[in-house]
Amino acid sequence: MATVGQGVPSGRIQVESQIVLPWSRTLQMTRENIFVRFGRSVITASGIFLGIAFMSATLFHSAAEEVQRQVVTTQWGVMAGENPEMRARTIWLVVMSLLVATVGIVNSMLMSVTERYKEIGTMKCLGALDRFIVRLFILEAGILGVLGSLVGAVVGTGAMTLVIAYRIGWAKALSSWTETALVLGGWSVPLWVGMIIGIGVGGLLSVCAALYPAWRAAKMPPAAALRSEF
Amino acid sequence: MSVYEYIVRTKDLMKIYIMGDTEVRAIDGVALDIRRGEYISIMGPSGSGKSTLFNMIGGLDKPTGGTVFIDETDMAQLTASELAFLRCRKIGYIFQTFNLIPVMTALENVTLPMIFAGMSTDGALDKGVELLKTVGLADRRDHKPTELSGGQQQRVAIARALANDPAIILADEPTGNLDLKTGKEIISLLKQMNEDKKVTIISATHDLKMIDVSDRVVWIRDGKIERIEERKDIELKVGMMEGEEAG
Repeated sequence: MATVGQGVPSGRIQVESQIVLPWSRTLQMTRENIFVRFGRSVITASGIFLGIAFMSATLFHSAAEEVQRQVVTTQWGVMAGENPEMRARTIWLVVMSLLVATVGIVNSMLMSVTERYKEIGTMKCLGALDRFIVRLFILEAGILGVLGSLVGAVVGTGAMTLVIAYRIGWAKALSSWTETALVLGGWSVPLWVGMIIGIGVGGLLSVCAALYPAWRAAKMPPAAALRSEF
Repeated sequence: MSVYEYIVRTKDLMKIYIMGDTEVRAIDGVALDIRRGEYISIMGPSGSGKSTLFNMIGGLDKPTGGTVFIDETDMAQLTASELAFLRCRKIGYIFQTFNLIPVMTALENVTLPMIFAGMSTDGALDKGVELLKTVGLADRRDHKPTELSGGQQQRVAIARALANDPAIILADEPTGNLDLKTGKEIISLLKQMNEDKKVTIISATHDLKMIDVSDRVVWIRDGKIERIEERKDIELKVGMMEGEEAG
């Protein structure tokens, strides 16, 4: 590639491989970022926590209703038939909960990156490549997203389980796990599958929300990043 | 690799900010040649452009016009990776607000540039400990920045700046947030590094104490160089100044 004088070795590929950030170090730094600033991390994850808790509760309720519907059918020997209103409502509630989660997580990630402009500028002064910065933030967002979603799912289903169990008993409440919670385009999605997908979606949303702010911050000239007041 | 006499050269350097319909010329045609191994201070009042000049020389911002040469390499021609390489290996930065990474210990802060340079963890730790010893903080290696005083943080920052044996150290108001006594300690530490390790030190500062240790002082006003003073010219003046203060 272009020769750039004798101060810097010529050949782009050569130069790029001479600046490294091993993955072990990336993981260690991410872990430190999350746990040393634990309170801050909790706040960042709260948006996704709430959204997924809401979603989980919705799915659990929908599955429990299905259980209840089958009980009624058995008792009266009549096929009650699917209730399309309830299905549509479930989908609507799930979409709403994911929207809530998205708004929360986008805001949180934007704040999380902006608060650390100075740190980002400093790391660039130490020689960090732009993609190291993005990597660090994406990893952090992914971990917070998955953990937040997991806790949200546990709390959401836990709360709903108590409510449902109070109404129809523990056995039926717990059997909801294998019931259909959602019908998506003809596919009956059992509750436990829906949960796992929800947690995955939570993690993915978090990563996507962090991507653009982190990329922009990494591309800023260090002087601008260092001028930040945080 | 040939060794150039002038480690940094600027030619017709310009930085113009457009604020609404006014044009602010932060740097208005600066030509400065900095010798290898020199300790040079850029001084001037607030708003004179010394921080802007500092940012241009250090590759922290792009000039609107003109060129900055580091070892005869035009900085504008460098790719992002090459610039990162330069910042990693060739230049060490020190700031007024220390800018240590808050979640890392002193030793981790010092060794971070070494990690970027691809050094092994053991090698980096050994060298890090050595550097902390040099700045007198061997016993604080596992302290986080919040557990260190301002002067101690700046020492860690100096050790970090020296991590990859850079040819240049750029210091932006290194004593700005420090009291008189600590400021003097930091300045003499910088001078010591300049003499022992033969690092070129370029400092942008308000602090008149820096004049004592500088080989040259560049006075900036309104984005232009007002005058450049050599050490021998300064020594006479400083004698006069101190006399006035005491009297």
